[in-house]
Amino acid sequence: MLKNVYNWIDERLDITPLWRDVADHEVPEHVNPAHHFSAFVYCFGGLTFFITVIQILSGMFLTMYFVPDILNAYKSVDYLQHKVAFGGIVRGMHHWGASLVLVMMFLHTLRVFFTGSYKAPREMNWVVGMLIFFVMLGLGFTGYLLPWDNKAYFATKVGMQIAEAVPIIGPYVKELLQGGDIIGAETLTRFFAIHVFFLPGALLALLGAHFIMIRRQGISGPL
Amino acid sequence: MSNHDQEKNHRPVKRNEMSRRQFLSYTLGGATAFMAAGVTLPMIRFAVDPILKKKSESTWVKVVEEAKVTNEPQEFKFNIHQIDGWYVSDPEQTAWITKDEQGNYFALSPVCKHLGCTIGWNTEKNNEYVCPCHGAHYTMDGKNLSVAPKPLDEYDLKVESGWIYLGPIKANTRV
Repeated sequence: MLKNVYNWIDERLDITPLWRDVADHEVPEHVNPAHHFSAFVYCFGGLTFFITVIQILSGMFLTMYFVPDILNAYKSVDYLQHKVAFGGIVRGMHHWGASLVLVMMFLHTLRVFFTGSYKAPREMNWVVGMLIFFVMLGLGFTGYLLPWDNKAYFATKVGMQIAEAVPIIGPYVKELLQGGDIIGAETLTRFFAIHVFFLPGALLALLGAHFIMIRRQGISGPL
Repeated sequence: MSNHDQEKNHRPVKRNEMSRRQFLSYTLGGATAFMAAGVTLPMIRFAVDPILKKKSESTWVKVVEEAKVTNEPQEFKFNIHQIDGWYVSDPEQTAWITKDEQGNYFALSPVCKHLGCTIGWNTEKNNEYVCPCHGAHYTMDGKNLSVAPKPLDEYDLKVESGWIYLGPIKANTRV
């Protein structure tokens, strides 16, 4: 049945080469944990992506209940966490996944560093990876404010002071991030927009570039 | 030699078992589906929660003293307690309450059954409810005379120690 559906579509659109190109590649022996168990270190990039997918999905669902407004943000988070079925689970996925994605990304970076995979011809992919790293940090920073509780507020206050400490441009960066003189209503909407539209957009573009480059250049050889 | 005998009697066996490749792809597919379900099912349950939530029972609201209600429909305002997610409020509602010839009280909703405008009593001096938007007319009992497809909705009503209490809105029971 499924096969017939697939064949029907494939006859018309020739989709087999599409997914073959994405999925049908041999895993080199030195990155296959079935051959060398220590090759599990090559899984960290994939795990980072896997958690990123969970972050995007759980984030999409959280916005069904969340309101980026100083009067309602905390109340709506409290409501979705305690009154909506599986609210604790869905928010928990986003909360713990946010930390885990940074851990996985750090381990992936370490693997790339210690296997020397950043060397020619893969320097550009290292740079793209670093950009992804900073986008992820930005997502963590902006997402942290959204529940609008004490922890969120004062963590952002500290973050703003760090930004302000930059010579010359610091105060301007701070005011731009805050959207005003204080951390308040305008900061919250601004951080929300950055968190759910700007940075995820940048992240998807960078991830696309990251993966295309891996396909073009292949996985780096054994040590 | 038993081995030899077996060899002799050997016939190609028709094997119905699945191939190793098929077993592995089923296992992989099953594990993937299990993990995908583990991720997505909580989110889906989270998203459909509003339709699965137990509806809150509406309570009776004390509206007006029995003595103030006459045979002429009168507009009364009252507040209901409303919990809307994380937003709790007491929005104002309106009811047109009348005493009929048998001395029974009834309360009509002011929402026109045509397109939801707010109706008024006797605005055209003909003892009818009139909707200002598209000219729907209703009798005192809420019966639709023109434009509107249905009679005006009615509030559940009870009288207790001289006071009129209103409950949830229901379809008109008088026409």
